[in-house]
This record gives sequence, C-alpha cells and structure tokens, in this order.
Amino acid sequence: MKSVYFDHAATTPVDPRVLAQMLPYFCERYGNPSEIHRLGREARTAVEVARAQVAAGLGAGEKEIVFTAGGTEADNLALIGYLQRFEPGHFIISAIEHPAVMEPARALNRLGWAVDFIPVDGDGVIDVGAYEQAFRDDTRLASVMYANNVVGTIQPIAELARIAHEKGAAFHTDAVQAVGSVPIDVGALGVDMLSLSGHKIYGPKGIGALYVKRGTRLTPMLHGGGHERRLRSGTENVPGIVGLGAALELAQAEMSTVGPRLEALRDHLARGVLESVPDVRYLGHPTARLPGNVSFTVRYIEGESMLLQLDTHGFMVSSGSACASGSLEPSHVILALGLGAEEAHGSLRLSLGRENTEAEADAFIQVFPPIVEKLRQMSPLYVKG
Amino acid sequence: MYTDLVMDHFSNPRNVGEIEDADGVGQIGNPVCGDVMRISIDVEDDRIADVKFKTFGCGAAVATSSMVTEMVKGKTLAEAAEISNKAVAEALGGLPPNKMHCSNLAADALHLAIQDYLTRAGREAEVPLILAALPKGHEHSSP
Repeated sequence: MKSVYFDHAATTPVDPRVLAQMLPYFCERYGNPSEIHRLGREARTAVEVARAQVAAGLGAGEKEIVFTAGGTEADNLALIGYLQRFEPGHFIISAIEHPAVMEPARALNRLGWAVDFIPVDGDGVIDVGAYEQAFRDDTRLASVMYANNVVGTIQPIAELARIAHEKGAAFHTDAVQAVGSVPIDVGALGVDMLSLSGHKIYGPKGIGALYVKRGTRLTPMLHGGGHERRLRSGTENVPGIVGLGAALELAQAEMSTVGPRLEALRDHLARGVLESVPDVRYLGHPTARLPGNVSFTVRYIEGESMLLQLDTHGFMVSSGSACASGSLEPSHVILALGLGAEEAHGSLRLSLGRENTEAEADAFIQVFPPIVEKLRQMSPLYVKG
Repeated sequence: MYTDLVMDHFSNPRNVGEIEDADGVGQIGNPVCGDVMRISIDVEDDRIADVKFKTFGCGAAVATSSMVTEMVKGKTLAEAAEISNKAVAEALGGLPPNKMHCSNLAADALHLAIQDYLTRAGREAEVPLILAALPKGHEHSSP
C-alpha cells in the first residue's frame, strides 16, 4: 500500500538538500562555536551563516535572531522573557493560540498577570474591535498567531501590531505555521517578536528561532554561558541551526512556485470532499488561509475513527477530536469558531506539502466518501436524509 | 497505541446495525463527550439470541462495542449482566489509559438494554437482581 502524507502542519520530512548541509557538522566539523581554534571557528561561521539565512528569510537583521530549541521555546521566551521585566499587569492573546502560547499565558496568569483571550469569528479571524478594546493602561504585550495550525486562517498581523503599538504595548506573533509558506517581512509587519520552527519547513526537529526586534529587551529563561547574546545559554545546536538556515532559504527560494501549486491542490481537495460527501462543513477562512491547509468537519461521525480508517488506507491526516488530541475536550480552536462539541469531534485536517501530488489528492477523494459512509452507517446519530 | 485486536474490531466491526423491533435497547454516552453507543438485543428463553450495535466515537468506542456483542451472544441475561467494561477492555488486550473512561462504555449500554428488556417484559423486580452493576455515571446518560 502506498502511503500519502497529508500532515505537514504536524511535521515535515527533512529535505535531503537540508540534510546534506547538516551532515558535516556531526562528525567532521563538530567544534564548539565558543572555542577559538579552527574547529570552533568553523562551527561559529556555520552558525552565523545560518543566522544570516534566517534573518534574510524574515527581512530582519542578523543580530535580531535568537536560536532556540524549537517553536515552543521561542514562544515561551517571547511571552515570559518579555513580561518578566515588568511588574505583573495585563497582556492579550487570541482564543485560538497554540498550546505553546496558551500555556505560558496561563503560567503567567498564575503568577499574577491578567490575560484576555480575544475571540475569533466563524472563519477564525480575530475580532479586531474586541482586540482593540481589550487594551488597558497596564497592557504590556499582545500575542496573536500568524496562521492557525488547525484551520489555517491567517490573521491581519500588521494591523494588530499597529494597534498594540498605538496602545503602548509590544507585539509578538507565533509564525510557526506561516514561515516558509507565505512571505514574511518583519519590517512590513511591524512585529516586535516572531517565533518559528525548523521541522515545519523541511528542517530538523529540535531547532527554532525567535526574532527579537532591536531594542526589545528580554529576560533569558536559560541561564549559563551567555550564548545567543545572553538570551539563550547552552552550546549551540550547530547541525540544527545549519538545517534551519538551509531549510528557510530553500523555502524562500521555492515559495513562488510551491505556494500557488499547493493552493490549487488545496482547493481541488476541498472541492472534491465537499462535492462528494454530504453534511461537511469547511473550516477556516476561504481565502486568507495557509496554502496547504484543508480543514473540515464531518457530521455524525468522530474524527479519530476517520483518521484511523484513512490510516488503514495509507492516508496520514490529523483530527481535532477529543480522542485524537488525547484529552476529553475537542480542539479549542474549532470550539472558538462557534461550532458545537458534537460537530467539533468530527473534525479532520489535511495539511499538504511540496511533495504531494494531484494524483494523491484524487486518490483521497476516491477513498474518503466510502469511509464516511461506513462510519455513518455505524453511527446512532446518523439518520439518512 | 491500539492493540491489533482493537484495530481488527475497529476495521471489521462485528454485529453493526440495529435490530428491528428489538426486545431491548440501551444507549449511553453523549455526543458532546464524543461517544454514543446504542445496543439492541433480542432475547429468547432468557438468553441473548441476537445483538447489534451502533456507535459514534473513536476507535476504542467502536472496538469495545463490537467486542461486547461477540462476548454476549448466546449468553444468559445473568451471564451477560456480569460482563464489565473492564472485562471488555481486557478481552481486547487492553486499551490506552485515556480511553478507559469515555470510550469504554459498551458493557453499560448492554446492561441498559437488558434493563429495558426486563422492564418491557414486566419483570422490573428482577432488574436489581440481574443488574447489580448498572452504570452509575449519570453524566453519560443520554437525554
């Protein structure tokens, strides 16, 4: 059985061209970048080349890039590292943030910070009016994700950053899902901090970065030898950093060809599913969404059972149902769109990547309707209309 | 995460459907929680002559429903009443810990079907005798 991977929002394979650039830094050029001998200098050069690649990919300065162990650490550093410099006050996040923002926000809340969770509309776009009104005199930071990992909706980041600055607060965006998929220029966006991750863009796992605009002061979370301009101590993950730089450079170079192709594939897949299966609701914004995200709910059946049936047919996808997430609650993102829990349990996400083909999309459209029909025949909630 | 037996029952579920004019029907769960199981039985000479299920839920919910129908066919009502959710999970070779609560209610649905049969047959008095272990988790009862 041929397998088809439609779960690129979870993680991507490492591109062989990226791996090739990383490999020398394991066994040959293994030096510690902090050492001044030849091996150390080689490693330092590699780290700084990668930093320049990442900076170029974001339109940032090289000194504005801090390497971290991934997107989660970047988000934690942004929220906790920024807010720790103040007496507890108030900050703002959206209701659909990834747990990597949601949980540090809750941790800060337990430390005495007040936090507002700004709702989104049915398409997953933040309520800009409610956002603007949420700012208080002691609001220090707003953090809104660039693109949502579940439904793919892209937020009006430049507008949100501008409002935050007008209100005297800093602005952070978790751009883990967006970087490498859509063009990003931190200058045009006006953000103060932006998080990204290597393994979402055909780079390795265990590496990410935080863009920190010059003049934005953070308190480090990891204390030690003072690496990364004192913001993130710990010997640099040189192969990972090299991989992140190479992956972002590749993604930037191929974006103009890959992006439109993925959008066409996405819309083809969405249309195919909506036309062949009744009682399906497409989730997320129709156009302001990630090029590779197809997200929908199927009435009367549950997401994990769809996911497992698709798996037995070779298709790897993701679901926001409670069972699939391992909790008892369906995805907070889908509930935030205004869907009931029953419908949220039937959610499915297909996230496409650059190696996916139209033949794979067509194969999915063939396989999926009978799976839905089989599960609906099994469902006590289903009454054939 | 799932045993091969769970995947087998999930992929090829036994006794799917609904018995027309069933002698007893039991339903448990709540779509809000993501699991609803309905079991219908036909009873002859106090034995379960036929049993079918319909389930809305995850892989574990489908597999436990399928398994309980296999375990109970031909059993006396008293024997069927002794089958617990835990026994169903064990018969499947175990379930992941997070599936033991909401997705493992098939035996409860069966017990409700037996209760329904006894009530309809005018044998309410026997319900507590046969069904010492009726589900107590009322938060899962369907409206």
